[in-house]
Amino acid sequence: MEELLSKECKQYIVVKLDNEQYGIDIRYVDNIVRMQRITRVPKAQNYFKGVINLRGEIIPVMSLRLRFELEPDEYNAKTRILILKADSQYSVGVIVDEVKEVVTLEVDSIEKAAYDPSDEKSRFLYGIGKYNDSLISLLSILEVISDKEMEA
Amino acid sequence: MDVSQYLEIFIDETKEHLQSLNEQILILEREPENVETINEIFRAAHSLKGMAGTMGYKRMQRLTHDMENVFSEIRNGKMKASAKLVDVLFKGLDALEQYLDVIINSGDEGTEDNEDIIKALNDILNEGIGGQTASAPAQAQTQTAAPAGTAAAVAPAQAAASESGVKPVNLAEHEKSAIAKALSEKLNAFTITVYVQETCILKAARAFLVFKALEELGTVIHSEPQVQDIEDEHFDFDFTVVLLTEADAETAKKKVENVSEIKMACVEVIHPESVVQPEAVSSGASAGNGAAAQKENTNQASAAATQQKSSKPVVNRSVRVDIDKLDDLMNLVSELIIAKNGLVSINTAEVTGLRESGFNEQIEYLERITTNLHQSVMKTRMVPIENVVSRFPRMIRDISKKLDKKMELYMSGEETELDRTVIDEIGDPLMHMLRNAADHGLESNEERIKAGKPEVGSIFLNAYQDGNNVVIEVRDDGRGVDVEKIKKKALEKGVITQEQATVMTEKEAIDLLFRPSFSTAEKISDLSGRGVGLDVVKSKIEALGGDVEAKTVLGAGTTFIVRLPLTLAIIQALMVELGQEKYAIPLGSIQTIEDVLLSDIKYVQTKEVIHLRGNVIPLIRLRNVLDVQPDDFAPESLTVVIVAKGDRLAGLVVDNLIGQQEIVIKSIGKYINNNKMIGGATILGDGEVALILDANAIV
Repeated sequence: MEELLSKECKQYIVVKLDNEQYGIDIRYVDNIVRMQRITRVPKAQNYFKGVINLRGEIIPVMSLRLRFELEPDEYNAKTRILILKADSQYSVGVIVDEVKEVVTLEVDSIEKAAYDPSDEKSRFLYGIGKYNDSLISLLSILEVISDKEMEA
Repeated sequence: MDVSQYLEIFIDETKEHLQSLNEQILILEREPENVETINEIFRAAHSLKGMAGTMGYKRMQRLTHDMENVFSEIRNGKMKASAKLVDVLFKGLDALEQYLDVIINSGDEGTEDNEDIIKALNDILNEGIGGQTASAPAQAQTQTAAPAGTAAAVAPAQAAASESGVKPVNLAEHEKSAIAKALSEKLNAFTITVYVQETCILKAARAFLVFKALEELGTVIHSEPQVQDIEDEHFDFDFTVVLLTEADAETAKKKVENVSEIKMACVEVIHPESVVQPEAVSSGASAGNGAAAQKENTNQASAAATQQKSSKPVVNRSVRVDIDKLDDLMNLVSELIIAKNGLVSINTAEVTGLRESGFNEQIEYLERITTNLHQSVMKTRMVPIENVVSRFPRMIRDISKKLDKKMELYMSGEETELDRTVIDEIGDPLMHMLRNAADHGLESNEERIKAGKPEVGSIFLNAYQDGNNVVIEVRDDGRGVDVEKIKKKALEKGVITQEQATVMTEKEAIDLLFRPSFSTAEKISDLSGRGVGLDVVKSKIEALGGDVEAKTVLGAGTTFIVRLPLTLAIIQALMVELGQEKYAIPLGSIQTIEDVLLSDIKYVQTKEVIHLRGNVIPLIRLRNVLDVQPDDFAPESLTVVIVAKGDRLAGLVVDNLIGQQEIVIKSIGKYINNNKMIGGATILGDGEVALILDANAIV
């Protein structure tokens, strides 16, 4: 689906997580806010840190680190919450270590990621983007925020 | 004519009239002599016909017209409301409802003619009033035949826009023959489209003068819209007539254009062959009008375009609001502004002491206003439950006939008010429960007599307000639910195990009814029993924030009790503290708040309970249930909030009470795993988020 929609170029917001760079399709990004107080929601999935109040809207927030089974977050001045809007009704926030820049990638410079059924987390990735000398892992946002385990 | 702006009103009023017709015909069925009812029916049918006609829904108009004929005869005492007639009338009402549905969805009435109903009506009419008056219905039939014919031809005629500024007309058979006859007598026949100036105020009066002028020349045999509509000003800025005259086209044109405020008249000669084939209207128009006609034509085209656009269903849901309620709102809003100004002036005040006291005063004032404002807005959203339940008597009647089972529906508390959104959703679940009661709940008439019950089964629908809830009960005096049968069925389906079945209480067993795909009905009817029943009812009601439970006495009947919250978005809640976290418990589910000494805690089956005023109440440690970070909080006594779900009580142990607060409920979205214990979230005064506990899910 993602390829069908793309025309020549796509813009990505590049975020840092641990020592890897991830790209999030800019059309999903509604807002970027600083870290703020999160209210814990009992019995939620472990990677959901809770909910925040964003100008009167209640938005659930997940930790991308926990989602990818990395070390837990350490919040600092660079920590940001990206507010993603994947459908018209509900938003979801993801916590990242740092937001770096916006890059424009040509479709040619994106390499499809291979789906490895044995690796649960490989479905989060849909491609690798080559930008200058660095590599950016492009995220399948819909896969990241939807909960396969819960639906099953 | 562009009537789309009236569409909403039309739909609302048609619904009301149809509802009233349904109710009144039900009464008529029982009391065929009730004059009051007959008059009421006649009035409703008449208004319905008028409205349908005005909106240009010809088929609807025709059907109501024929129904009205029947009512008229009943009113005049010439015939009786027989059972057969009532059946046909109900069919007619159903057909009208279908028209309405089609109109709501597409803005057009569709193409269903419902000839069979019309025929049945006319047959009864003819039978009923016998030979002497046979001419009357016959006349009625020809009358209705004409508009029906017109309706059928309207679409193609509109598509073929005339090139001369003369709008095509649709002639009925008898009119065509009249024209043919006139032509053979060397008279002239013209189609004249008259354009009234757009600034004209008394269009009907001008039109009348036009008719008068034309009548001096010859005979007007046809007009579009119909003469009645023109008199009532039900036309835009043009109308078209067919004139038979000795005079020539120019004279006729001059005569019309002599009437003041008439923009122009376009005259077209009707040729003999066009009478035979009405679609092929020739384009022999007066050449002088060519340019003007062209312009007119583009106007027409754009008008047609806008009409097409507006034919999309743009029917908004609306609530009728009492003007008093609006006045209240207005008053409150002005008070709000005053309060705001008060705050502004305090801010500029010099003396600090004065500032403090005045500030608190204003806050209290503001609080009073917002509470009132909330209540007033809620009131405007409230709709009596009558809007939903009023169609049920008719439904029960139909079911009764279908199943050949005598039953009666008794309703009370129709005036109980609920939020509009709830009203919209509650109809289907209630209907389902009523059908269930009628189909499975009640026994057949023979069984009832055998069991020593009255032959006619009773179904009760009671609505009443209970605190912050509205309760709707659906009760029948039928056979009740056999608890053992449910258990057996559940065992067969593997829903429960044998051990579970033996220890199961009656109440738990009845709750099995609400499980998906669980139906105890032996045979499936088209009414109910497909096993997609009560679970859907339950989920729908829970989606509205309510709950449903069933009570049954074998042999004496079943009661379904639906509890719905009065308002959805804003509730009163008790704020409590657990460790560092704050939670809100809806006040509606709280019974009392108790201080319980640790020594008063007893144990039953290793579970903590307290004994309170004769009730044994299980304790629920919210800290554990909600996985709150343990700390060294060890009080000597527990603060326990006693909550109720139906008649079941539970004590929620909290650390601290913060106080009562009005909170706005917000959804926490679909992505985060929402374990039902959390009914939503709210934003506190300091911007912090507090979760709302759903006591029903915890108990």
